[in-house]
Amino acid sequence: MSKPHLDAHQRKAQRREAVMRVAVPAVIILAILVGWEMMVRVNEIPHYIIPAPSLIWRTLLDNWATLWPALWFTVKLTLLALLAAVVGGVLLAIAFALFRWVEIGFFPIAVVLQVTPIIAIAPLILIYVSNTTAALLLCAWIVAFFPILSNTVIGLKSADSNLRDLFQLYKATPWQRFRHLLVPSALPYFMAGLKIAGGLALIGAVVAEFTAGTAGRETGLASRILESSFRTEIPMMFAALFLVSALGVVIFLVFAVLSKMVLGHWHESEMRREQ
Amino acid sequence: MPSLQPPSAAASPPPLFSMRDVGKRFPNGTLALQGMSLECGDHEFISFLGPSGCGKSTALRLIAGLTRVSEGALEWPERPAPADGQRELGFVFQEPTLMPWAKVFDNVWLPLKLAGVKRDAAAPVIRQVLEMVGLSRFADVYPRELSGGMKMRVSIARALVTQPRLLLMDEPFAALDEMTRIKLNNDLLAIWREHRFSVVFVTHSVYESVYLSSRIVVMAARPGRVVETFGIEEPYPRGEEFRTSSRYNQHCMAVQRSLHGALGGQDIDH
Repeated sequence: MSKPHLDAHQRKAQRREAVMRVAVPAVIILAILVGWEMMVRVNEIPHYIIPAPSLIWRTLLDNWATLWPALWFTVKLTLLALLAAVVGGVLLAIAFALFRWVEIGFFPIAVVLQVTPIIAIAPLILIYVSNTTAALLLCAWIVAFFPILSNTVIGLKSADSNLRDLFQLYKATPWQRFRHLLVPSALPYFMAGLKIAGGLALIGAVVAEFTAGTAGRETGLASRILESSFRTEIPMMFAALFLVSALGVVIFLVFAVLSKMVLGHWHESEMRREQ
Repeated sequence: MPSLQPPSAAASPPPLFSMRDVGKRFPNGTLALQGMSLECGDHEFISFLGPSGCGKSTALRLIAGLTRVSEGALEWPERPAPADGQRELGFVFQEPTLMPWAKVFDNVWLPLKLAGVKRDAAAPVIRQVLEMVGLSRFADVYPRELSGGMKMRVSIARALVTQPRLLLMDEPFAALDEMTRIKLNNDLLAIWREHRFSVVFVTHSVYESVYLSSRIVVMAARPGRVVETFGIEEPYPRGEEFRTSSRYNQHCMAVQRSLHGALGGQDIDH
């Protein structure tokens, strides 16, 4: 009862399913890369129009010394913004969930921040905040914090009403109710918000840096893309773009794994259906 | 004058709780319950039986203190205070209402945890109630791994872990299949007989209420009110013999008639 009993046949089918899940997308990506390479070589397309994947890869390795610090700067910016978004989003969500008037009062402001495109606010922020890094951080934070805020607010309010009654019946203190009922109920919603916010923090960091241009002492991947576009170094643009995408994928995977670790044993969203 | 009377054992003990003309009106003006009077003594098994909207669940929530009485009085006579970690009441909802993120053991621990009892100190009594409901082997399992009937057993174990004097049950078996329901009825009766608490049981099943109860309160809707009270004076333990006896059928018919009378021949969905 506690563990589904699988016979050898089912186990084999499951293993094959697991392998295919990785193999099928890998084959498709490989096919696209090979097709791209072939297209460029056969048609002799010049590298300043579309570089071949092999050239992009070589450019990446050759320029690693300049790309690596840029990547590291973007990683730092993204993670710091995300951290600030988690802290700010969660604290604000708790205030919203506990005090109705705080929510009624501040929610419109949160919405205004969310619906105004970051690219439109970024120039103003860059004017008002003299430290470029701090300005970039602020931009990325504005983009990333809303999904965490709204998801956590919904999560904190989503606790089962019978369980709420049960906590009332057993005279739980407000802290006990918060710690043992509201927080676990909100956790799946928070994790979903975190997954979205991770991607958005990266977008915010890149967009803000584009707006800021190549100013500032330290610069990130967006500056590399801008610079190479000024110099029409298309392979370098692709190489930096590849790093931005790869960073996004890594952030996505990290939070997917984290979500699975935190929720996998009980929440529907992270459970495989047993058939 | 009362001081002259010796504290005699012959005097009947005070009721667990008494309701006098209790009514409940919701803020939107709906009269959910009107003029309900009832006394519940030790080791009773009382069922509230009636159609939807008759106020049976409202009455149960009033007794539980989950909602406030708006008319009349609901009183709990003084009793010796319960020991540490013990509570006057246990409550079982229509749904199992378990915390999906906690294992069976921790779900059952909850009422004690909220009363400040540490996990290790609570372990023996948790094991004991899990044994009572037949789930000793499932302490380390998450609720999702259990069937509907087993989840309900966990819910009952959680309600019993504080050794309540009164167990309130709100249509606990309504969502279960017939076989599971009969099994749980029998197990509930066995636990009730052994541990001698009182039960107030809300149901819309005539058969279930007659099988289980020592007393049935038949209720009607619009407004919610008590129509008639039946004593089912049949000995316990009750089993298949009772369920197939003619006396059981007579009780069922009498209760059924009262229930139909309460519906006033109207064609109302139960």
